[in-house]
Amino acid sequence: MAMDAAMIEQLIKESLPDAQVSIEDLRGDGDHYAAHVVSGAFRGKTRIQQHQMVYQALRGRMGNELHALALQTGAPED
Amino acid sequence: MDNTVHERISQEVTDNPVVLYMKGSPVFPQCGFSAAVVQILSHLGVKFKGVDVLADPGIRQGIKEYSNWPTIPQLYVNGEFIGGCDIIREMYETGELQQVLEQKGVPVRA
Repeated sequence: MAMDAAMIEQLIKESLPDAQVSIEDLRGDGDHYAAHVVSGAFRGKTRIQQHQMVYQALRGRMGNELHALALQTGAPED
Repeated sequence: MDNTVHERISQEVTDNPVVLYMKGSPVFPQCGFSAAVVQILSHLGVKFKGVDVLADPGIRQGIKEYSNWPTIPQLYVNGEFIGGCDIIREMYETGELQQVLEQKGVPVRA
C-alpha cells in the first residue's frame, strides 16, 4: 500500500490551491513521506487545525494507504 | 461512532491528566511514532497513562473519530487533544510542550 509523492502533492493542491508543497520520500519505499506545506489558508489556525486541513485534503488516505506522512505546516511569512 | 466507545474515551481523558493513545505499551511501543512520544514524555518526567489501541479495535477506530485525527499516537492533557507525533515533537523542540503541560498543572522535570 504505497502512494506516489506527486499524488499527495496534487491532492493537497486541490484543496489548498495556493499551497507550496515539498515532499520527501524518507525511505524511498513510497510509504514514508515528510511533507512541508505552506499556505495562506493556515493563517490564524492552530497547528492541529492546519494538519487537519491537510488530512482533509488527502480524503481519508492518511492512516490507510498512506502510513506515514510527517507534516510540517505554516502560513507564508509576510 | 458507538456511543459507549465515545463515553469510554471521554471518561478516560478526563479521569487521567495525561493520556497517550498509542500502538503497544509505554514499555514496548509497537510503532516508531508512538515510541517517539513516549520518549519525549519520559524525558520530561511526565506521568501518563498509555492506552494500547492495538488491544482494542473499537478504541483504535473511535479515537480517530473522537479527535477528527487519522493517526496514532494521540496525546491528551486534561481532556484536550494536544497533537500527534509531529506536533508533539515540534512543540517539544520549541519548549511549547513543557509550557502547555505546566500551564495545565502537570509537573515537568526541568
